[in-house]
Amino acid sequence: MTKHIGDVILDLQNISLRFGGVKALTDISFDVREHEIRAIIGPNGAGKSSMLNVINGVYHPQQGRILWRGAERRKMEPHMAARQSIARTFQNIALFKGMSVLDNIMTGRITKMKSTFLEHALWFGRARREELEHRRKVEEVIDFLEIQHIRKTPVGRLPYGLQKRVELGRALAAEPAMLLLDEPMAGMNVEEKQDMCRFILDVNDQFGTTIVLIEHDMGVVMDISDRVVVLDYGRKIGDGLPDEVKNNEEVIRAYLGAGH
Amino acid sequence: MPTQANHAAPDGLHTFPRLLLHHARTRPNAPAMREKDLGIWQTWTWSAVADRVRALACGLAELGFRRGDNLAIVGDNRPHLYMMMSAAQCLGGVPVPLYQDAVADEMLFVLQDAGIRFAVVEDQEQVDKLLEIRDRLPGLAHVIYDDPRGMRHYTQPFLHDIRELMEMGRIHDRNHPDFLEAEIERGRHDDVSVTLYTSGTTGKPKGVCQTHAGFIAAARGGIEVDRMGADGDILSYLPMAWVGDHLFSFAQAMVAGFTINCPESGDTVMTDLREIGPTYYFAPPRVFESLLTSVMIRMEDAGRLKQTLFHHFMAVARRCGADILDGKPVSAADRLQYALGRLLIYGPLKNVLGMSRIRVAYTAGAAIGPDLFRFYRSIGINLKQFYGQTETCAYVCLQPDGEIKFDSVGRPAPGVDIRIADNGEVLVKGPMLLKEYYRRPDATTEAIGPGGWFMTGDAGFLDEDGHLRIIDRAKDVGQLANGAMFAPNYIENKLKFFQHIKEAVCFGAGRDHVCAFINIDLGAVGNWAERRGIAYAGYTDLAGKPEVHELIRQCVEEVNASLAGDAMVADSQVHRFLILHKELDPDDDELTRTRKVRRNFVADKYRVLIDALYAGRASQFIETEVKFEDGRRGKVAADLKIVDANTFPVARKAA
Repeated sequence: MTKHIGDVILDLQNISLRFGGVKALTDISFDVREHEIRAIIGPNGAGKSSMLNVINGVYHPQQGRILWRGAERRKMEPHMAARQSIARTFQNIALFKGMSVLDNIMTGRITKMKSTFLEHALWFGRARREELEHRRKVEEVIDFLEIQHIRKTPVGRLPYGLQKRVELGRALAAEPAMLLLDEPMAGMNVEEKQDMCRFILDVNDQFGTTIVLIEHDMGVVMDISDRVVVLDYGRKIGDGLPDEVKNNEEVIRAYLGAGH
Repeated sequence: MPTQANHAAPDGLHTFPRLLLHHARTRPNAPAMREKDLGIWQTWTWSAVADRVRALACGLAELGFRRGDNLAIVGDNRPHLYMMMSAAQCLGGVPVPLYQDAVADEMLFVLQDAGIRFAVVEDQEQVDKLLEIRDRLPGLAHVIYDDPRGMRHYTQPFLHDIRELMEMGRIHDRNHPDFLEAEIERGRHDDVSVTLYTSGTTGKPKGVCQTHAGFIAAARGGIEVDRMGADGDILSYLPMAWVGDHLFSFAQAMVAGFTINCPESGDTVMTDLREIGPTYYFAPPRVFESLLTSVMIRMEDAGRLKQTLFHHFMAVARRCGADILDGKPVSAADRLQYALGRLLIYGPLKNVLGMSRIRVAYTAGAAIGPDLFRFYRSIGINLKQFYGQTETCAYVCLQPDGEIKFDSVGRPAPGVDIRIADNGEVLVKGPMLLKEYYRRPDATTEAIGPGGWFMTGDAGFLDEDGHLRIIDRAKDVGQLANGAMFAPNYIENKLKFFQHIKEAVCFGAGRDHVCAFINIDLGAVGNWAERRGIAYAGYTDLAGKPEVHELIRQCVEEVNASLAGDAMVADSQVHRFLILHKELDPDDDELTRTRKVRRNFVADKYRVLIDALYAGRASQFIETEVKFEDGRRGKVAADLKIVDANTFPVARKAA
């Protein structure tokens, strides 16, 4: 299977992020190419989630440049990231528990809706046409993720693995160019992990979506990612193909501790 | 027999392709199939179906599919797969549906036996299975798939998207516009229309070749008995390889012209059932049972008022519901109560179950408990049983409306003759009999005896109303020492109707009386024990409790009382029983994978227990090796108490 990996889509240059006196990220540079699966790994507290939050505009680094499709990004807020078609999922699931799967995924379409609040309230003209079109897109996502049987079930009643899948569904509904996944497989059993891996690969393959993911399960990371960046204590200690990273002395030390 | 001739003779509509064209011509805009696609039910009209079948058939012809070729069909119930059946039949080919959940190696035998060159499958999963065994299938030339998802990187030239096949077909059709009509015209009523493989509990699977005439006769008979019209809806969710699905969802739909509805996926069947509200429904007993259980559990969580109403009106329904359904006389007061109940309870309940519109519901495949059967009938759902096997198009006996008995399978269906052989075996004859077993003349002669009677292998008898009652597999039926008939399965089923009894094995052939092994149902008895404050530490411990012995003794005695009421089986009352110290398990080879007891194996393994039962001992020590799920082995030992059960004098019928 050959995959076409394109040009650099996101370039992070010398990023440093501090919270008061705490250095979360120190001088980190790496890039993400179009259509690739890029993993960020590292021990707890290494700064992985902070890195993701920098990418989608939740945190603003004190130093460094971020280039999105070659253009430098100024101050950015998460909703702007969403409009630039960067979608994400969260480490601890952030869905509307009382709403159905369908409605939750529908919220992923919000940035695409053009009609006004009033038009929606009246369910008239443009709003009606728009909603039908969005519903169709949402149904495609439901079909893709094979969750037809829980379409009308409130999310709070679903098991954890399925909630994770719904969250992925909401991110996909936005038809993102880049998808940020924060530990998509945390807390899953083997079978659920396999399913999730397959969906991630399918998304990448069928829609060409660029994927940046944080994951702890080394087996999974090495299997599905094209390139891996390794963080430790807010610094980058490795970057490259899975095999290169696996044999990197510093990475082994960070994971197994000194003295081994 | 005149009806027989009417049912099977050529009359212009004597093959399935002709029926399809007939519906497309006479009612082009009536719905033929529905499928839920992206959350919305999409309808295919008869003319749209005929149009697609035409394209598919021409496409198959273009690929080189010829008269007499077999077409393997593997997948869930999808409109395109049903259409491919028709497409193969148009060309004089034979569809061979396979069970979609079989693993590749299980499919291999059938694919080899049927000499498959062409296969149509649902999706990537099935394609992968065929690729896995392709090196052992040298003949396999073309594989067509319905769902293109995940197939982008499959570049093998013998794989075709079904849309590609249709495109090829349309071009072929433009170049040879008269080709398909001529092919359909050549189809004869006694051509094989489908080959269904029997599941093969005994030996290798055999391909049962059925003709157009056979299935059309079976379909017409069933439609006549249930007065089914073209406006019906059926939910097609049982495996396409099963004879029942082929009868209901294909043959009857083609003959009567009603609509088949394909669920979105296996997991959504219950939702789809509610959305479609079929008028015609089939389910095995366990589905009806789990529906009832879910209703009962939810009722227990309901408020006081709702519970009171529910129980009051269910009592009314039990008293008169089934009689009202059967059109028997019922007092005006009861009728009024029942009408009120329909408004408040039965109507909403049926709606929740997705059964509001059901005119006829069928069950078969296993014995159904009387309470379960009565429950559905009492709330006004016309649940009935039928009897038949793959070799008879699942069409031998049907329960006619108004003549429902839960322990019979009904009267012989129109066109079917039944005879009981001297050994009690049920023999049948009629237009729906198989033409032959595929390439197995030996098996064919063995199954169809002199005079054209097919030997079902089931033992049974016709009761005083002419209803057939199936007792057991003929090979399992034996005799007690005094010559009375002994049908172990019949007694075991009666025992298993009690929720506390999970499995039972009866012994008695050549003995003075019947004794039984019992497996308790850990869930049901465990729950029962908890409510009584009986502490236990697992199956073996629970099975040894004196209270549990007493509970099971009551069940056994109830069975004995019911057996005593029937002169034919009165001698088979259970005199002594014991509760096994472990659950019978397929991992220990005691059950088959489909959870049927392997009677002889169990008898050999537990010979010491059988000896103890017949020697009159009060208890017996036994130690058994068991295999755990992770492959480890262990031993279970127990001192089993043997319990005597009361028996009853035979009640002679007051004639």
